[in-house]
Amino acid sequence: MKFAIQVNEGPYNHEASVSALNFTKAALEAGHEIFRVFFYHDGVNNGTRFTSPPQDDINIANSWSALADKHGLDLVVCVAAAQRRGIVDQGEQERQGKDGNNIAPGFRISGLGQLIEAGIQSERLVVFGD
Amino acid sequence: MSEIKKFMYINRKAPYGTIYAWESLEVVLIGAAFEQDVSVAFVDDGVYQLCKGQDTTGLGIKNFSATYRALGDYDVNKLYVEKESLDARGLTLDDLMPLKYEDENDDYAEKDSIRVVSSKELAEIFDQQEVLFNF
Repeated sequence: MKFAIQVNEGPYNHEASVSALNFTKAALEAGHEIFRVFFYHDGVNNGTRFTSPPQDDINIANSWSALADKHGLDLVVCVAAAQRRGIVDQGEQERQGKDGNNIAPGFRISGLGQLIEAGIQSERLVVFGD
Repeated sequence: MSEIKKFMYINRKAPYGTIYAWESLEVVLIGAAFEQDVSVAFVDDGVYQLCKGQDTTGLGIKNFSATYRALGDYDVNKLYVEKESLDARGLTLDDLMPLKYEDENDDYAEKDSIRVVSSKELAEIFDQQEVLFNF
């Protein structure tokens, strides 16, 4: 089956992000297709490479990046939500005149249309949130 | 992308206090450009999103309630409000903004977008949908 995943919460305050990560892994291992993972609301905070949790804790952003690298996942961070919360890639850095960027490998910043398209193109949209 | 799917946006949260309601409305507005068959549901504290007379002056944050009035112009005119959620909060249809749309299939007659439905009816409407966004 072709799934789209929406992640509405940040990496640690809520379990939603880890649940989405686990679901995505399990779906891929079971031979399903993940059309796209879309990060919205505080979910955009999953897409920073600057997190550094204690060593005995999961690094959720790194886990998403590793999964994207292994399976060619399309990890999309909503641009409007990202601008509110300071998630920046090279293009946004230049457009907004920021002194750096923090997007994690495997993530890209794009518009809400990517979420709607994922809903249209996939057989199931699975939303992880509060 | 000519395929038309039945999209349902489910709003469960109060308009202020968290950003879910406002960012949900942003998705609905962007999604309208994709010309899908769109419905929006308001349940639990989500019914407060449609209340008349919202005033955020004391909060110092944006009052976005007027934006709901634009939905009819985007052909988003199926707004389902759960009756049980209104009842539990002492609200009636009169407490909600009178949201309208022009029905192009009926000589552009002005009609109400808000439909108050029971929990059971709403469950049946959910069951007919293909894509459900939960906010």
